[in-house]
Amino acid sequence: MRIVVDLNRCQGYAQCVPLAPEVLKLNGEEALTYNPNPDDAQRLRVLRAAAACPVQAIIVDQLDLKK
Amino acid sequence: MSSPTNGNALKDKGRIVIVGASLTGLRAAEALRKEGFSGHLTIIGDEPHEPYDRPPLSKQVLKGWVPADHTKLPRMLEVHAEWRLGVAATGLDRAKKVVRLADGDEVPFDRVLLATGVRARQWPNPAQAALEGVYTLRTSNDAARLQAALAAGPRRVLIIGAGFIGSEVASVCRELGLQVTVAERASAPLAGALGEVIGAIAAEMQRDAGVDLRIGVSITALEGDASGHVRRARLSDGSTLEVDVVLASLGSIRNIEWLEGAGLAAGFWGVGCDAGCRAFDIHGIVTDHIFVAGDIARSPHVLFEYQFLSMEHWDNAVLGAEVAAHNMVCEEIERRAHLLVPAFWSAQFGVNIKSVGVPSFGDEIVFTQGSRKERRFVAAYGRRGRIVGAVTCNNGKWLEYYGAQIARSGPFPPHPAGFDLPGDMRVVPAEFPARGVPTAAPDVVLTGHDPSERHAEFRPRAR
Ligand SMILES: Cc1cc2nc3c(=O)[nH]c(=O)nc-3n(C[C@H](O)[C@H](O)[C@H](O)COP(=O)(O)OP(=O)(O)OC[C@H]3O[C@@H](n4cnc5c(N)ncnc54)[C@H](O)[C@@H]3O)c2cc1C
Repeated sequence: MRIVVDLNRCQGYAQCVPLAPEVLKLNGEEALTYNPNPDDAQRLRVLRAAAACPVQAIIVDQLDLKK
Repeated sequence: MSSPTNGNALKDKGRIVIVGASLTGLRAAEALRKEGFSGHLTIIGDEPHEPYDRPPLSKQVLKGWVPADHTKLPRMLEVHAEWRLGVAATGLDRAKKVVRLADGDEVPFDRVLLATGVRARQWPNPAQAALEGVYTLRTSNDAARLQAALAAGPRRVLIIGAGFIGSEVASVCRELGLQVTVAERASAPLAGALGEVIGAIAAEMQRDAGVDLRIGVSITALEGDASGHVRRARLSDGSTLEVDVVLASLGSIRNIEWLEGAGLAAGFWGVGCDAGCRAFDIHGIVTDHIFVAGDIARSPHVLFEYQFLSMEHWDNAVLGAEVAAHNMVCEEIERRAHLLVPAFWSAQFGVNIKSVGVPSFGDEIVFTQGSRKERRFVAAYGRRGRIVGAVTCNNGKWLEYYGAQIARSGPFPPHPAGFDLPGDMRVVPAEFPARGVPTAAPDVVLTGHDPSERHAEFRPRAR
């Protein structure tokens, strides 16, 4: 699957990290780093993480969602 | 009544061509469909890949965590476009209204979007630049090659130029446990974008992480071994370094050569356009059918004395693409302006650096929150008593507060947030280096008032 995190918007709340720890990680205290094209097995976790973001910074592929 | 230049006819059955198939090109294509454009859309890109995201290349990808071909951009909606990938546009014929391609094809358009971005500036000596082990970083192919070179465990990496990309790669090298030297002509890393006061903090971060940082020096030569692999660098202070990998991170060059002869205001800093993304011609006259967005665009900004602002940043690509797409198909009275307050982020040495506004437009700086020692702070930039920029270090949640003050030209020094005040709140010079040092060119630049000034007349480079 494909995601992109709008890191201008991201404020480092890191609520996404525990929900999809293999895809979204913190580098230091505030800098989010992530796998933009994670394995499909991570889909549910990534969707939960995206939904949990307080500033909605995780952008998920919309075409992929329709499938 | 339905001439193809009429907004609605154009929306129904016009032909739109987007040149450049990256972040700007993709987001513009999606925005066009969202606007209701149902005509024929062609997207031309010289890279063979579908659109991918570049910021991870200097971070997750080099680290070896994310493969270089795993940064493909998510799609917001079906663009129903004819993709012409792996073929470069070689010309824009405004009289015939066609884009010429390297394979000889001509693609006709009613509206065209120029989104060919920038490329990495190469090490200036071609023979030395061709040595094996000498890299630049702009594309996913570049990232794949550099990642493999770092993973092979070089004895020492040399990074020439300590802008954002150079500094991020230095950080990755240290995370990988590699010996790394950073050579910078200015007196601090990030000085072009953020000034030397913040640069001094960036220098501390590099040295604390074990980077061999050499400032105020330049590399005078790269030398190879018998097999043509780089092995040594000579510095302007007379010293030499034994190196196996060299990254030239010397800033970027706008991809405007293909516009030669088109008579547009295209030059060193990109293609001049109005606030609605419409390109200017060489005489400063705005065109009706040619639009520009992303890294290649420069347009006047009301917040910064109407100087033409050029921005090599992600949000400028995304938002510029949306405005350009809207203005390409809407009625004149519905046109919107692309007047964003620039913002960017950079992750390095475990610290999140974010900025808003145009720090380099300012000449003074004041720390308004947090602690420099803990590398968790906010600093604001001012010019003539008004706030023009701000930078945060591990304190990004405050950026919006300062962004709002910049957007309404609030006073400088700004009203502090009344929270977490630093001990020393004196206003001091921000110390930006003099213009003209290529490595110190920031990624956001105010480029003057004239749409066709600064070498706008096209002078082909020796190729
Ligand atoms: C390593 C790296 C790290 C970055 N990190 C950050 C960051 O942390 N934060 C941030 O805000 N920004 C960052 N950026 C900047 C961001 O990626 C750019 O602002 C963004 O890519 C601009 O998009 P664009 O589509 O305008 O241009 P580009 O991405 O440059 O795309 C232009 C495309 O057009 C193609 N092209 C050129 N000439 C032709 C031609 N004649 N015919 C056809 N196609 C052509 C190019 O090959 C390219 O594919 C980073 C950039 C890089 C390289």
